[in-house]
Amino acid sequence: MCRLAAITSEDFFSPIENILALETMKEGHDGSGLGLTLKDLGGEFRTLKEYPILSGICSRSGINVLDDYMNNMGFKLKHVWTPTIKPVKGIKPREYYFARVYDYPASHKHKSQEEKETLLMNSRIALRKIGEADQSIFVFSFYPDVITLKEVGDPLAVGEFFGLDNDELKARICLAQGRQNTNYAIYLYACHPFFIQGCCTMANGENTAFLPIKQFLLSRGNPGYMGYNSDSEVLTHILHYTTRHLNLPLKYYKDVITPLSAAEMEGRPDAEALRLLKQSLRPLCIDGPNCVIGFTPDGSCFMAQDSKKLRPGVVAGHKGKFALMSEECGVDKALPDRDKAADIYPMKYDFVIVAPRAQEVKERASDYILYKTVSPRAQEVKVWNQLQG
Amino acid sequence: MEPAARLDGNHKLSIKELPYIVRWRDDRCTRCGRCTAVCPVNAIGPAVKVKRVVNSEGGAPAPTAARRVVHVIEQVTDIQRHCVGCAACALVCPNSAIEPELNPQNKLLHYSNRGGDAYKRGGRKNDPSLSVLDRLKFTRISMLTDPALDAGRHEFRVRTLLGRLLSPDNLPLNTVDGKLVVDRRDIYIPPVREIYPIMIGSMSIGALSPPMWEGLAMGIAHLNEVEGLPVVMCSGEGGIPSRLLRSRFLKYFIIQIASGYFGWDEIIRSLPHMVEDPAAVEIKYGQGAKPGDGGLLMAQKVMKLIAEIRGVPQHIDLASPPTHQTQYSIEESAAKMIQSMSMAWGFRVPVYPKISGTNTARAVLNNLARNPYAAALSIDGEDGGTGAAYNVSLDKMGHPIASNIRDCYLDLVKQGKHNELPLIAAGGVGKRGNLAANAAALIMLGASAVSVGKYIMQATADCFGDENNRCNLCNTGRCPRGITTQDPKLYRRLDPDRVAERLVDVFRAADSELKKIFAPMGRSTELPIGMSDALSIDDKAMAERLEIHYAC
Repeated sequence: MCRLAAITSEDFFSPIENILALETMKEGHDGSGLGLTLKDLGGEFRTLKEYPILSGICSRSGINVLDDYMNNMGFKLKHVWTPTIKPVKGIKPREYYFARVYDYPASHKHKSQEEKETLLMNSRIALRKIGEADQSIFVFSFYPDVITLKEVGDPLAVGEFFGLDNDELKARICLAQGRQNTNYAIYLYACHPFFIQGCCTMANGENTAFLPIKQFLLSRGNPGYMGYNSDSEVLTHILHYTTRHLNLPLKYYKDVITPLSAAEMEGRPDAEALRLLKQSLRPLCIDGPNCVIGFTPDGSCFMAQDSKKLRPGVVAGHKGKFALMSEECGVDKALPDRDKAADIYPMKYDFVIVAPRAQEVKERASDYILYKTVSPRAQEVKVWNQLQG
Repeated sequence: MEPAARLDGNHKLSIKELPYIVRWRDDRCTRCGRCTAVCPVNAIGPAVKVKRVVNSEGGAPAPTAARRVVHVIEQVTDIQRHCVGCAACALVCPNSAIEPELNPQNKLLHYSNRGGDAYKRGGRKNDPSLSVLDRLKFTRISMLTDPALDAGRHEFRVRTLLGRLLSPDNLPLNTVDGKLVVDRRDIYIPPVREIYPIMIGSMSIGALSPPMWEGLAMGIAHLNEVEGLPVVMCSGEGGIPSRLLRSRFLKYFIIQIASGYFGWDEIIRSLPHMVEDPAAVEIKYGQGAKPGDGGLLMAQKVMKLIAEIRGVPQHIDLASPPTHQTQYSIEESAAKMIQSMSMAWGFRVPVYPKISGTNTARAVLNNLARNPYAAALSIDGEDGGTGAAYNVSLDKMGHPIASNIRDCYLDLVKQGKHNELPLIAAGGVGKRGNLAANAAALIMLGASAVSVGKYIMQATADCFGDENNRCNLCNTGRCPRGITTQDPKLYRRLDPDRVAERLVDVFRAADSELKKIFAPMGRSTELPIGMSDALSIDDKAMAERLEIHYAC
């Protein structure tokens, strides 16, 4: 089962911290892919926050096609970052890895954020479609202040391959996934994390309800809901659909993917709305087992899982830095000095949100779902007492 | 030259022409007469024969022959009284001296049109071959990467929704202080019921005997109130006893309105006195067993109770026309029937049409998809049962349910409305006894729920009927089990308590089996509607047609 390591921090940190955490979970991934999504970037990107960054991989011919496309669209290249590739055994280097910062086309400079984001998504999809057949272009994200890196290989080796141990690439949020390939092909587009318009998730486990969810999303009429080389990509698109299309508060993502039963809903003050939501979004119930970790455009990081996830993920840390990981050993590596007694193991009804820059979330939604603060010792006990009796 | 006597028998049928041949054993028979008394079609009768009997008594063989008059049980060869193979005779015989045997080379259909009357019967399509539903297998098994669930201990929610579901884009929700609240201004929120995904299909009071209907009704109440399984049952055309209409149990029943509108006087009269709304209203436009045909309750079944419930005189044929006479288009159907029925209960009750399986189902579906009041579409496939129909309708008319429901579901998927308009699949569910497996397969093809009738009669009341044309006397009022008769001498054989008990058995077992199917797939929280990646079939053409895996 894939391993997940996310860190969110007040200070910039290197993604190598995530990779080292993944290294401690080595028995859980098989080198079929490492994906990194960084948000709230530091280093050379610190002054470029309002400009969209296109992350991807191209062949030599692919970069020309990409340049032509971007020029035709009116995007102006402002800055280019490429990793310093270090030959590593077992990783076959592709020709050109990049994070290219663009300025918006003149036609879009003064348009609304929504229109700009539509342009970015459509451009990314167009590039994907152009380059996917001959694998000359892979594009993973095109959004301000976000970089995505993906390659097939052992996470530590891929980190070394990208030279991340020596690079100045830093961020305040980083999601990393070490992939254990299961039922889908080893393919870059199957590699987590997945990203769409500021929404990003990675997950482990099999999503048994993948097909009905995919059919639901494909029929929404949003061109961004495509791909699905991994059954986990739907989780990102559900997040986008829930929070950006339906404009629901983030906590309802949990209610959509793991809905309560009719009887359980009765205890909620918003039971009536919840019932309608569950009915209309019935096909989006994931039915797991999945642990989902992600972030939203405002930088909130979260963790959720369904009732079948027998070994919960863990959220732990201290004010200013928190880790959301699938295994405790990863957290131990990333945050060895924390107070372990405050670690949170979210259960089937729990949804953990770590607010931007690791500020505490102090919102309690109901008797059933408790949006925990990041050090909620007493409250965690309370949740379980209520559930059991 | 042949004797004239031989020529006289030339127009008689031989026993080999008949669908069932009665095997009678002289040595076991005590001549008690029970078999001839119980036979619903008088296919057997006592006869007197002259017989040469060889006898030997004493220590050494000393055979003597004598001609004696003996009494035998003889099968008649009159096609009007052909043995239907019900085996009621075998059931009552104290010495196992008699039983019918299927004669595969029979020529029943060559002769059953005597008098110019086309052959009519009850039951379902006479096709004992394996149906598509029974060929479908569940091949997505969770292994290692996503461990299967424990069907016995994991929490399962085997429920479905009956009613029109709002498009997510039309949800009347506002966020206030971070919480969602329902904004009821200017929005119609359709009624939705959370029910068990296996429903009992429309079998009317009238078609069924009083103890049969009563038994099912008692079983339904028990399932809902004791077992916690929200199973609902459709009344069929012909109304519901007024005491039930005015009781709290009405919420477990779907009231059907069909082209004869039988029973609706009483339903309308009871409306102000109802303490609960019905689960739904089903508008019958067609029936899988006899597509394009109306209903018929024969005069011999229109006894006092039935006449009262239906609001008609006793002992007359009750024919429902093939179509609703006031409607000439689907738009009218939607406007006149669905909306007026909705209005009758203040838009608190889901109203949906039931049609027979047909190539044109998608046209109906698309009209309904555009009508916000249509709560669902029920499609009844060719393997559905009936109390009375022309044999040609049963055997040769209709559409198999599997591809019909699949086409409709995929059509809705294309429109993004597959969660908004639930599909109910019927026709042949449980034909070979695989109730849960057939139901699960249809759900994975896209049905939100399935409806089952014939299997329920077989499993709960031991109906003799099968696809070798066994019994199938439902239309005659002479049901030997007392299930489809209004003759007290026959229906007193049936114990309603036992029917209720068996109904509870059936649903408890089906619930376990559904969990046994869903658990290895890792599904427990939501019904796997449209999860066709879990299905396979061993026929490439069928796999392609249904857009599922081919596995061999």
